[in-house]
Amino acid sequence: MECARAGLRVGVVEPRVPGGAASAAGMGHVVVMDDSPAQLALSRYGRELWQKMRAALPDSVEYEQRGTLWVAADGEEMQEVYAKQATYTSIGVSSQVLDEKALAQAEPELRKGLAGGLLVPEDAVVYPPAAARYFLDEAIALGAKLIRGVRPVEAAKGIVRLQDGSALSAGSIVIATGVDTSLVPWITVQPRKGHLVITDRYPGFVHHQLVELGYLKSAHKLTADSVAFNVQPRQTGQLLIGSSRQYGDAEHDVDNKILKQMIDRACEYMPRIRDLSAIRVWTGFRAATPNKLPLIGPTPDPTVFLAMGFEGLGITNSPAAARLLADHLLQRESAIDRDPFLPAHVFRGESAHA
Amino acid sequence: MSSQHWDVLIVGAGPAGMAAAAAASQGGHRVAVLDENPAAGGQIWRRGWNDDEHKPDAARQAQTGKFVASGATLFHGRRVVAALAQGVLETWNDAENVGERFAYDKLILATGARERFLPFPGWTLPGVFGAGGLQALVRNGYDVRGKRVAVAGTGPLLMAIAAHLQEDGAKVLSICEQAPLSQLVSFATALLKRPGKILQGLSLRSSLRGVAYRTGSWPVAAYGAGQLEKVEFTDGKRRWEVDCDLLACGFHLVPNIELPALLGCALEDGCVRVDALQRTSVEHVFCAGEPTGVAGVDAALLQGEAAGLMAIGLTAQAQKLSARVASERGFGAAMEKAFRLRTEVLQMAAKDTIVCRCEDVCYGDLKALADGQNTWTDAKLQKRCGMGPCQGRVCGPAVEALFGWKNASVRPPIFPLPISALSSEPQLRTDSNSAALQEIQ
Amino acid sequence: MPEKRKEVLVQVNGMPVTVPAGAMVSAALLQSNAPCRSSVTGQPRTALCGMGICFECRAVIDGVAHRRTCQIPCREGMVVETMQ
Ligand SMILES: Cc1cc2nc3c(=O)[nH]c(=O)nc-3n(C[C@H](O)[C@H](O)[C@H](O)COP(=O)(O)OP(=O)(O)OC[C@H]3O[C@@H](n4cnc5c(N)ncnc54)[C@H](O)[C@@H]3O)c2cc1C
Ligand SMILES: Cc1cc2nc3c(=O)[nH]c(=O)nc-3n(C[C@H](O)[C@H](O)[C@H](O)COP(=O)(O)OP(=O)(O)OC[C@H]3O[C@@H](n4cnc5c(N)ncnc54)[C@H](O)[C@@H]3O)c2cc1C
Ligand code: FES
Repeated sequence: MECARAGLRVGVVEPRVPGGAASAAGMGHVVVMDDSPAQLALSRYGRELWQKMRAALPDSVEYEQRGTLWVAADGEEMQEVYAKQATYTSIGVSSQVLDEKALAQAEPELRKGLAGGLLVPEDAVVYPPAAARYFLDEAIALGAKLIRGVRPVEAAKGIVRLQDGSALSAGSIVIATGVDTSLVPWITVQPRKGHLVITDRYPGFVHHQLVELGYLKSAHKLTADSVAFNVQPRQTGQLLIGSSRQYGDAEHDVDNKILKQMIDRACEYMPRIRDLSAIRVWTGFRAATPNKLPLIGPTPDPTVFLAMGFEGLGITNSPAAARLLADHLLQRESAIDRDPFLPAHVFRGESAHA
Repeated sequence: MSSQHWDVLIVGAGPAGMAAAAAASQGGHRVAVLDENPAAGGQIWRRGWNDDEHKPDAARQAQTGKFVASGATLFHGRRVVAALAQGVLETWNDAENVGERFAYDKLILATGARERFLPFPGWTLPGVFGAGGLQALVRNGYDVRGKRVAVAGTGPLLMAIAAHLQEDGAKVLSICEQAPLSQLVSFATALLKRPGKILQGLSLRSSLRGVAYRTGSWPVAAYGAGQLEKVEFTDGKRRWEVDCDLLACGFHLVPNIELPALLGCALEDGCVRVDALQRTSVEHVFCAGEPTGVAGVDAALLQGEAAGLMAIGLTAQAQKLSARVASERGFGAAMEKAFRLRTEVLQMAAKDTIVCRCEDVCYGDLKALADGQNTWTDAKLQKRCGMGPCQGRVCGPAVEALFGWKNASVRPPIFPLPISALSSEPQLRTDSNSAALQEIQ
Repeated sequence: MPEKRKEVLVQVNGMPVTVPAGAMVSAALLQSNAPCRSSVTGQPRTALCGMGICFECRAVIDGVAHRRTCQIPCREGMVVETMQ
């Protein structure tokens, strides 16, 4: 959409269903994440662009500014609440510390005895597949062409070869294939599996996007499998319950062991969740890069650009990434420093000749 | 979690499952049957709260007798929700909120069929039911005495159901069958080779004396302010209205293939693929009755018996049934042909007619997607069609008929469950054996 | 005719409803003309399939929402409410 808006002639090649891969599996939380300065800047920028788009988004995108509530279980996590608030304040993201009582008031279904939390009121939630489809439809309305049902097998030197033997030529090729690195085999993107459970409709059961503060601790361990309490109310009144992170499991099957751990964690924080009806369980893969940052920008092949490796933040970051990428293509200035996301940081030695 | 091991495990205690249990119990094999209902019988012999007021059904009594005598253990009230690795099924009991596990050496899937529903304006009004649906609800205690009922849709069941409703005190006004008479006549000719089936048909006919059976006609719309008041029908040329309290409407049956699909059994034309001896593509897993193709109770009984024999290695005996099984399959195929859907019933829905009842997705929205390059996955992701708790069991067969979209994925759990069931501490019953009851009547 | 049947008394939206012993909750709802639930767009809905697959008959039973009433037998004193 960004490229089409900038007046470029755009073709989108999608072998399967638009918005049907990781984007159909994710939670759609639009959240400013402070695990590194670069991530902080990108996610803040992403959230800002979502906010600006808000009025134009169709209802199907279900944009809702619910606010994130980072839940602190004990005094130690409460210290983190203050540290986190300081970080947010430093880049102009507003937040509000809640004590035990205020937390209980904000979310009565949380168990008693939690220390407090940090409310980030401008964080939001969207329904990702509809958002992806909206971006695509906007681009199509501006003249972009959707080429659906054929898989590209090679993309280099301005040519994209398709499985059916045909080829497309382009001045610039943007690879945005999520966890699939078949077109750019020199890139390392690891699938990081996540489980989600969706419930039937219980309007008013949960009000904010709830995440335990321990989340960052568990989410960013590079190797071990982890679970965290993460419950999101959707506009439909349904609750999405997460989250789990696993490496080295490329199967779509539900892993009962980790699913149980994840559900136990949710029940620990929110006991009455036990009685709600779960209507579906699924898994999805986040595209994890070695440096935990997405890859946005040029490659040694001057016709090939990347926009992939968004791990667990690809929905939040998508409008920012699109903007940065269009800036690269059009050689425009960017609103934030784009150096941290350059694919050059993670190229393996042999890459230049691939 | 409690787990118990069985030589032969059977899912479904309808005619196919009961016959399988009776056959497999020979020679001291330990056989268990799981069924979600409170009693054995399946759809056709669903236990009713007032069964003692009806005249006994000889076939039902005979099969039930065999089943009870076989010594197979019936675990009722258990819905199979997931398959775990290495031959273990997980069940959930809705009424009591408990889960259990059942391990097996051999598995027989006899999960039956459900009704196919097709959308038409007003089909979501209170007072509009499935045809088999209304029958089941009546057996479950709904009192329809004195109610005026219109019956519509397609399939041989409509007559059976109308007769049952009549017996239960309802006043059946008419039966509208969408299939044209010409198609039904050739089916009836095929029936002549089976005197038994004709007798069944005749006895139905007698309890339906005075009820109009209109072929080649189908509903246009159901009307009412918050509750059904009348239904408009057409035969393509003229339209007429029927004032009624209830409409019982179903468009034949679709096999329940979710569990077989979850276990990896190969499918063909929406049915579980089996060889002449009821073997599926998965080793040690057999399938019998409606999931292999809708063919009626006689087919279900024969296939069940064959599957039961196969499960305990009595291949030669099972082979002896093959010819009859094949002939019943032929009957099923003839029936499918006779009651195939006419194009008009695929055009009953208006733009704002709801297709997906869980999520209230309208026909117009789906039609617009279908005109593009879209699949059912797009319809799910973009319109939420099939995303609700029925997991597409109602709208799935409808959109397949309407747009040719096929449901691609089956994921565990195959039915919604309380969150606690997914936790490491579900309320699990530990004394499963004591809870097993052979409660048939 | 058998001797008088046992009956079960339940509450549907605050009103007493008597059903024969063995009846499912769906019967009590239909008897009292109460829709089971209000659909996503606010339409009243009642049971459709009678066999546990359509989820149209969901209602609140003893405080627990989204229960399939066609699958759950009535118990004396049960409190059933239409689901909004
Ligand atoms: C469980 C889970 C929870 C998440 N929660 C959140 C959250 O709360 N907030 C958030 O911001 N993010 C979240 N994410 C992350 C987010 O969903 C992803 O980062 C984002 O969807 C990635 O989008 P994408 O377009 O890069 O990739 P995808 O959505 O995976 O899209 C890639 C597309 O490329 C296509 N493709 C693949 N191979 C080829 C090829 N060879 N040629 C052409 N096309 C190809 C695919 O068909 C697909 O359509 C979550 C992810 C998971 C798994
Ligand atoms: C609603 C309905 C009403 C019918 N009424 C009549 C009638 O009046 N007369 C007539 O001749 N034919 C009737 N039929 C057709 C009849 O079902 C078939 O002709 C035949 O008897 C099917 O036998 P079966 O054993 O294959 O399946 P069924 O009788 O359908 O038995 C399958 C059993 O498996 C159970 N089951 C399915 N999945 C699971 C699971 N995951 N876990 C646990 N249990 C499960 C079902 O609840 C059911 O009890 C009806 C069919 C339907 C769908
Ligand atoms: S009536 Fe369909 S699930 Fe109860």
